[in-house]
Amino acid sequence: MSTIVIDNLETHFDTPAGVIRAVDGVSFSVERGEILGLVGESGSGKSITGFSVIGLVDPPGRVAGGRILFQGEDLVGRSEKEMRALRGKKIAMIFQDPMMTLNPVLTIETQMVEAVRAHDKVSHAEARQRAVEALGLVGIPSPDERLSAYPHQFSGGMRQRVAIAIALLHRPDLIIADEPTTALDVTIQSQILFEIQKVTRNFGMSLIWISHDLGVVASLAHKVAVMYAGRIVEAGPVDTVLDHPVHPYTIGLLRSIPANLQRGETLQAIPGMAPSPLHRPSGCPFRLRCYAATPVCETELVKSRVGEHSWRCFHPQTEARP
Amino acid sequence: MTVFILRRLLQSVGVLFATSIIVFLGVFAIGNPADILIAADATQAERQAAIVSLGLDRPLLEQYWIFLSNALQGDLGRSFVFNQPAIGLILARLPATLELAFVALFIALAAGIPLGLIAGLKPQTIVDETIMTGSILGFSLPNFWQGMMLIMIFSVWLGWLPAGGRGETVQVLGISTSLLSWDGIAHLILPATNLALFNLALVIRLTRTGVREIMPLDFIKFARAKGLTERRIVLVHVLKNIMIPVVTVVGMEFGSIIAFAVVTETIFSWPGIGKLLIDSIMLLDRPVVVSYLLVVVFMFIVINLLVDIAYSLLDPRIRLRDSQ
Repeated sequence: MSTIVIDNLETHFDTPAGVIRAVDGVSFSVERGEILGLVGESGSGKSITGFSVIGLVDPPGRVAGGRILFQGEDLVGRSEKEMRALRGKKIAMIFQDPMMTLNPVLTIETQMVEAVRAHDKVSHAEARQRAVEALGLVGIPSPDERLSAYPHQFSGGMRQRVAIAIALLHRPDLIIADEPTTALDVTIQSQILFEIQKVTRNFGMSLIWISHDLGVVASLAHKVAVMYAGRIVEAGPVDTVLDHPVHPYTIGLLRSIPANLQRGETLQAIPGMAPSPLHRPSGCPFRLRCYAATPVCETELVKSRVGEHSWRCFHPQTEARP
Repeated sequence: MTVFILRRLLQSVGVLFATSIIVFLGVFAIGNPADILIAADATQAERQAAIVSLGLDRPLLEQYWIFLSNALQGDLGRSFVFNQPAIGLILARLPATLELAFVALFIALAAGIPLGLIAGLKPQTIVDETIMTGSILGFSLPNFWQGMMLIMIFSVWLGWLPAGGRGETVQVLGISTSLLSWDGIAHLILPATNLALFNLALVIRLTRTGVREIMPLDFIKFARAKGLTERRIVLVHVLKNIMIPVVTVVGMEFGSIIAFAVVTETIFSWPGIGKLLIDSIMLLDRPVVVSYLLVVVFMFIVINLLVDIAYSLLDPRIRLRDSQ
């Protein structure tokens, strides 16, 4: 059984200007021990997808349709109490900015012990012991002493390790990581990636890695799903999608990575801007920026599939190489 | 920390010295106490004798010098009116005012923080609008008018609470308090509420703003993602962050509570130092006015010091530095 199956998820924001379809019919699944990279530019709906799974979409946002099957059970429409029992226990989340995820006026000990005791009725001493173990797991030196410190006494990378340790406290079945390395410098980033890979492998956890960094996803994930304007435009095994992309948007993303170029070659940016979520074009939302677009792109898109590789495009670029 | 506290106490001596000069000059500028204190039908000789005995015949500089050298020995002078040591008069009435001020502060915090939390957690609802409108009234209606309305409603119309006076007091460790008898508490409720209203409104607004600022932050969302109850998030994660601005403002406002006590004590005939001050200013009883202000300034200094210490306990990022 898959750890999580997202089926045609719709997350909408009701605003005075109209309904924003932040997530507009997204489907994917993650198996036990599998890492899915959810890729897209800002505003593509990838973070909202993550927050929808854990039930933390801020009002006026709401899950308007579809199913979120976690270990076979639908989370859509669950009560706040039921969701709270899952959060931190079965599904954990790591956030983008480690400087902001820990409460500045509470010690690490307080913040870890409360996370243990939110789900397990154990003594403070026992909860503290589990906190020490979790900190050791993510490579924090002398965790016993560091527990009494406050967040500002840690560097950004160390804080992110603490956040990961908190996420690991209950050995969740699924971790949603919302760009957890974006705010860190490159050397710290690779250390964090290493720790994450290690723990997910050791504990057989599933991981949804939300990122706009294709390089990170290439080195970490088993599967990748590329989001654009609230939809997944291309998905499949990471090697297939990144080496043989068929959607012009995926190709555009890969072409705009400087590392793939020879010295002196011009970087090919994708022209134009992502459409306003209130006024998305009919048919394929990418067609106004697409080099391959034709009038047929104005009609409703269908999903195509070859094996595990799927895409939504009338003109798959089978010959193109990024 | 110890050095920090000692340094602050030393600085306070300078502040007290400056205050004494300003007050001395201020009272001198208002008028001549002799004109008020000495009966109109006194003979010239009696008048001259009184002026000499009060020391008012000497130059101002000399009067100040005498005051200062006595003050350094703990003697702030004798009241012109009561012919008792001024500091004794103040200290005899200070407990009544402090009791009123602390109870007012307690009401402001005990009612203001929960109301502010409710308003901040349910913004733009009817509950929020009601609380915020109420707090505008607390801000904008004149304090003395609020006091008179409280007397009108609760004493005159409803007859529930006494309109003035301190009622029965109980001696504890040589200090009389109203808090240990029902009669005393009944007398305390209206004046304390009156004194609390402005700060209540202030605390509500500060708390509401704090909640609205803290709730959207990532660490609150992360706390939710840990599976914490909403109760723990609000009462621990949000409240501890909000306490920093609340303590700052309330600490500063505590001084103004004592100052505003002048108005409240006058309305409710509360026998505190505020009422003594008004009477003393009317009679130009300089030693009492000077002593009062020195005591109040000293309390301000101590409160500010306590607020600074409270900061370092509430916000670990602030550490009081010994040097600098």
